[in-house]
Amino acid sequence: MAEQKTVTFIITRQDGPDSAPYEETFHIPYRPNMNVISALMEIQKNPVNANGEKTSAVQWDMNCLEEVCGACSMVINGTARQSCAALVDQLDQPVRLAPMDTFPVVRDLIIDRERMFDALKQIKGWVPIDGTHDLGPGPRMPEKKRQWAYELSKCMTCGVCLEACPNVNDKSTFIGPAAISQARLFNSHPTGEMNKSERLEGLMEEGGVLGCGNAQNCVEVCPKGIPLTTSIASMNRATLVQSFKNFFGSDNAH
Amino acid sequence: MEHREYFNRRLHSLLGVVPIGLFVVQHLIINHFVVYGEESFNKAANFMASLPFVTALEIFVIYLPILFHAILGVYIAFNVPTYNNKSYGYFRNWMYTLQRITGIITLVFIAWHVYQTKVQVALGNVELDYNLMADILNQPFFFWFYIVSVIAIVFHLANGLWSFCVHWGIAQSPRAQQIVTYITVGVFFVVSYIGIRTIIEFTMGA
Ligand code: SF4
Ligand code: FES
Repeated sequence: MAEQKTVTFIITRQDGPDSAPYEETFHIPYRPNMNVISALMEIQKNPVNANGEKTSAVQWDMNCLEEVCGACSMVINGTARQSCAALVDQLDQPVRLAPMDTFPVVRDLIIDRERMFDALKQIKGWVPIDGTHDLGPGPRMPEKKRQWAYELSKCMTCGVCLEACPNVNDKSTFIGPAAISQARLFNSHPTGEMNKSERLEGLMEEGGVLGCGNAQNCVEVCPKGIPLTTSIASMNRATLVQSFKNFFGSDNAH
Repeated sequence: MEHREYFNRRLHSLLGVVPIGLFVVQHLIINHFVVYGEESFNKAANFMASLPFVTALEIFVIYLPILFHAILGVYIAFNVPTYNNKSYGYFRNWMYTLQRITGIITLVFIAWHVYQTKVQVALGNVELDYNLMADILNQPFFFWFYIVSVIAIVFHLANGLWSFCVHWGIAQSPRAQQIVTYITVGVFFVVSYIGIRTIIEFTMGA
């Protein structure tokens, strides 16, 4: 029998939130069409590193396995992306895996995306309809606009755009592209629009839309093809109008 | 103050274009008079120096805006980013990094340029005329220092103009931003030409 082909993985590991990162190399038996997750599963089955030493299994996050939940995002050969959609045959070898360290690392490849949810809170990324009585149906949305908004709604909060953004890191409060685009999505929703100014206020708070430095990596890396830079420019304009209203006052309710 | 960071960022972007950007272009165009001869240059420089309220103009149109733009700019360049051009080598990411590098070059140059001209004139060591600049630019080191700095400054201005259009929501769609890129590349070449031509002219001797 021919010798078993292997693939080499060099993985940046970290035992806990406060411990120092280190690299560990693994040789994994090759199977056609394997993806990064199936390689990690091989390590889980047989956690032995390239030196033949037994080690702890590498930890990672995953859910859907079809690029819709975003949980499995990590840095693969220097670029942040979903590991479930990364086919080993299409990657340069050895394959390097690292956590998206823009976020706090929990363990190995698992990170904590809490700042993304804080950002959604800052921009009030929802449509408030809860109340004491039934409000009845909301206004209808034109089909064309629905299709357009659907594209923005595809965001899965994976964090790849924040990882690629030079302005998002632990020194900065910048909320990142995803939440800015969500503000645009909810502000164009016929019901969400009723609370438009509250979201714009959120974008004008610290870390808001002007924290963007136009490096535009986000739009290049977003797996959902969301027009993030257009959303940012559009929110730049909307907050500008809002700040004029705030400063000079407006005869419309704002 | 409410929304302080937001306000500072807006002001930073605005000041870069008005008045600083306009001043830089104006300054280079006035200097370009040297191409028509020493006389022309001296006349133009003296005219600028004899504008009414010149001190107030300098303080409010030049010094204070540049100071604000520079201080916040240094903070933005050093405190915020993790530069990642190696992993994400896209065009705009390079522009992002270059914008910060050229900003720092501009700051060093302005500090030196003001010391070498304004301060020396004020101290009475030299006189503000053609010879002052000709003497400086005929030293090879300063010649290249000025050439590199002018290119950096004009880059910072042209690319800053592009960012301005995005920050103020003027160019939103990819196509609009692309068109603004072409326009600002044009601005870069035209203004660079004016600046470099001027510097070379000073070394040709009268
Ligand atoms: S905008 Fe795109 S890259 Fe960013 S979190 Fe959403 S899906 Fe991920
Ligand atoms: S596991 Fe859901 S995107 Fe990869």
